[in-house]
Amino acid sequence: MSVDPGRRRLLAAGGALTLSFAMPAWPAQGELPKSLDKTPWLDAWIRIDASETVTVFTGKVELGQGIKTALLQVVADELRIAPARLRLVTADTARTPDEGMTAGSNSMKDSGAALRHAAGQVRGRLQALAAARLQAPAAGLALKDGVFIAPGGGRASFGELVTGQELHVRATPAAAPPAPGPRTAIGRSLPRVDIPAKVTGGAAYVQDLRLPGMVHARVVRPPSRSAMLIEVDAAAVMRLPGVLQVVRDGRFLAVIAEGEYRAVKAAALLARGARWETPATLPVYPSVKALVMAQPAEPTTILERGARAGQGTQLTATFTRPFQLHASIGPSCAIAQLVDKRYTVWTHSQGVFPLRSALAELLAAEEDAIRCIHVEGAGCYGHNGADDVAADAALLARAFPGRPVRVQWMREDEHGWEPFGAAMVAQVAATLGADGRIADWQYDVFTPSHNTRPGKAGNLLPATHLARPFTPPKPAPSPQPEGSGDRNAIPYYRLPNARVTHHFQPTSVLRTSAMRGLGAYCNVFAIESFMDELARAAKVDPVAFRLRHLDDPRAVEVAKLAAAKFGWDAYRRTARRGRGFAFARYKNLASYCALAVEVEVARETGLVRVTRVSGAVDCGEIVNPDGVRNQIEGGIVQSASWTLLEQVRFDAARVLTVDWAAYPILRFGQVPDKIEVHLIDRPGQPFLGTGEAAQGPAAAAIANAVFDACGLRLRDLPLDRARMRKAS
Amino acid sequence: MTTYRLQVNGKPHAVDTDPDTPLLYVLRNDLALNGAKFGCGLGQCGSCTVIMDGKPVMSCLVPVSAVGTRAVRTVEALGDARMPGVLQQAFIDEQAAQCGYCIAGMIMQASALLEKNTAPTDAQIRAHMSPNLCRCGTHMRILRAVRRAADRLAAGGKR
Repeated sequence: MSVDPGRRRLLAAGGALTLSFAMPAWPAQGELPKSLDKTPWLDAWIRIDASETVTVFTGKVELGQGIKTALLQVVADELRIAPARLRLVTADTARTPDEGMTAGSNSMKDSGAALRHAAGQVRGRLQALAAARLQAPAAGLALKDGVFIAPGGGRASFGELVTGQELHVRATPAAAPPAPGPRTAIGRSLPRVDIPAKVTGGAAYVQDLRLPGMVHARVVRPPSRSAMLIEVDAAAVMRLPGVLQVVRDGRFLAVIAEGEYRAVKAAALLARGARWETPATLPVYPSVKALVMAQPAEPTTILERGARAGQGTQLTATFTRPFQLHASIGPSCAIAQLVDKRYTVWTHSQGVFPLRSALAELLAAEEDAIRCIHVEGAGCYGHNGADDVAADAALLARAFPGRPVRVQWMREDEHGWEPFGAAMVAQVAATLGADGRIADWQYDVFTPSHNTRPGKAGNLLPATHLARPFTPPKPAPSPQPEGSGDRNAIPYYRLPNARVTHHFQPTSVLRTSAMRGLGAYCNVFAIESFMDELARAAKVDPVAFRLRHLDDPRAVEVAKLAAAKFGWDAYRRTARRGRGFAFARYKNLASYCALAVEVEVARETGLVRVTRVSGAVDCGEIVNPDGVRNQIEGGIVQSASWTLLEQVRFDAARVLTVDWAAYPILRFGQVPDKIEVHLIDRPGQPFLGTGEAAQGPAAAAIANAVFDACGLRLRDLPLDRARMRKAS
Repeated sequence: MTTYRLQVNGKPHAVDTDPDTPLLYVLRNDLALNGAKFGCGLGQCGSCTVIMDGKPVMSCLVPVSAVGTRAVRTVEALGDARMPGVLQQAFIDEQAAQCGYCIAGMIMQASALLEKNTAPTDAQIRAHMSPNLCRCGTHMRILRAVRRAADRLAAGGKR
């Protein structure tokens, strides 16, 4: 690409002498990164005070994915200072930019790009101020540890240069190319800033906040989705020691007490004394396929290319995924306080601004009267109970003004009432041509909404239980290319004739929302399982068959690297063991991930265990290599758990999988012997994000390895022991 | 309310609470110790693991009235962010956390093993850690961290 002279000067002035960026990697010339365009003031992102403290503001939140550390690394390099010099403030409606949700593996793409751009401009602005102050040409200034030094020895520190509104200027697109400057912090596996407190019992989570005067509350959920509350015995509960108030509004029922365990006991008594009418209204179907296919759908053709070729071997298959849980290890928690008609809510929501909008509607309050502050919770992996419990707390703060009200869900609340990962059915048909290539491809995915996040009060569980209930807004699918239930429904392969249809279902038997990867998990499972079936039909090695259909050189490199590191070509199958391979580019526009997996299958017990995994990932420019590995390793293990064990079960009355015994997840005895993640760094290329890249490939690679090991092709998730034994 | 005299992290504490209050709630709310976490309240996940008289126990299942004179240790006993203990340092070295909510329980579960067995095999570590759940999939790193701490202790490192 060409570099205009002005831009070249600026790069040189900033001390960035490397001009070797090869491709247009960032927003087009004349555009700001999306988050910065929305909040263009530099001092909304970076502030410097007289004590030389540099504070960085982001609208994204730490979810255990390491975003705080990675963002600090990005800013540190742009400002040419050590990351330890920086303080970071994460999403807070009163203090930080609004960056929407921390979701979709978008945080580095959004906030990373915005902060890199803003920090580069802050550096440029400080340099100009230093030049004026030191009466030296800007280009001649050295910058070290937050101090500009003129050739004659004059010095001006960041804190001296910013005495007022110097940084209250708008970011400009033209003057701030995302030049690869010196990579001092970027590219290093800087230890995560949040881990020391987490391993030593520091106050690390919203669950750990103890505010002065804080009281505790528990909500008594209805015994089933449609249960109606007939009668409660509030008086008996009020007689318990420590109980401050019983709150009832419609079928929203809760108790507030001094002392957390007293609240727990009071809620138990409240539940025992409540009379409900519990109609059995949940439709029960013999299979996930029957359940999903019975729901009305709104089809959209998201890919139509070529025609039906017809000539060759026809293959068809149907894949299914049950409802699954985010199943956070720490039940959702929030604290809310109402003082002088103003609410403060401490929450682990992934989106404090959309939550504030929903709470404003719920509480009939102005948005300005509500402040939502993010404090970390346990990992959520998408839209779990975080927003709902914040609404619980806000409703109870309204009923009990003055003191902070802390609500933590019990395990059965979390398992029973979080919005589930959506059930899915994927039907695929393809023709294998005589040349061993896919001649045509037809794919239909049926699924309810994968995004019912707040924004509206009706998206908050307790709002739907009030005497005057809020109705959930009609969900809508997200458009391609990111998609939602149809995320990754379009294969990343060369297919001259293809048709892909998203059968979006506006209603769902059970409430569903975003879970790590959205539809990509099941779509990649289906596509990559089917690619394996096609490869076998073509009598071609599954890796070679994929490479035959891949055009993107980065995809090819990732696939080859994973295969090579696994020892794919030299692999010798041993008894009970087999290997599987899968590839996807997340959302077809983000990270590339290829996995080669070996499993061990005990057919007599039905037990499948992943023994080893070799993965390769290209997520663009890597800010923190170990952070990427941690995310991918975690994604592989979590996806293995979903794939081998997990499904929500329910009967006509209620959800049955309300604890870890009924909904088991992977334990230490079942985790692989070894997981290797190999990274391909692309300095100068956009950050692509990593959090969700492995979910789909892991599922398909495991299923393909199971087939390789024992000849069973399982197309219904999970590949649990019951299903394995039945198929044997 | 009854007054209970507890030995926690080497210090005596007097706590006024109801006899059926689980130890977990006393540690968190009365003694302001964050390490042990509420995960399930059912003894199924291990987030609340502490060591009582040398044995790992799930503190969500132990009523405070059943603790008696037994010494209770939580992750706070091992060190702090400035001076982490060997296991805590090993978890930092391996970056063995994602959300980290389960980690204090993991460390106490591992600590109970290493106090009894200074040279555990990898299989023994896996078996011993089995009661504890991690949802982020950090298992491989947790196993490496426990291995690292065991090796460090075997080489003469201080607990």
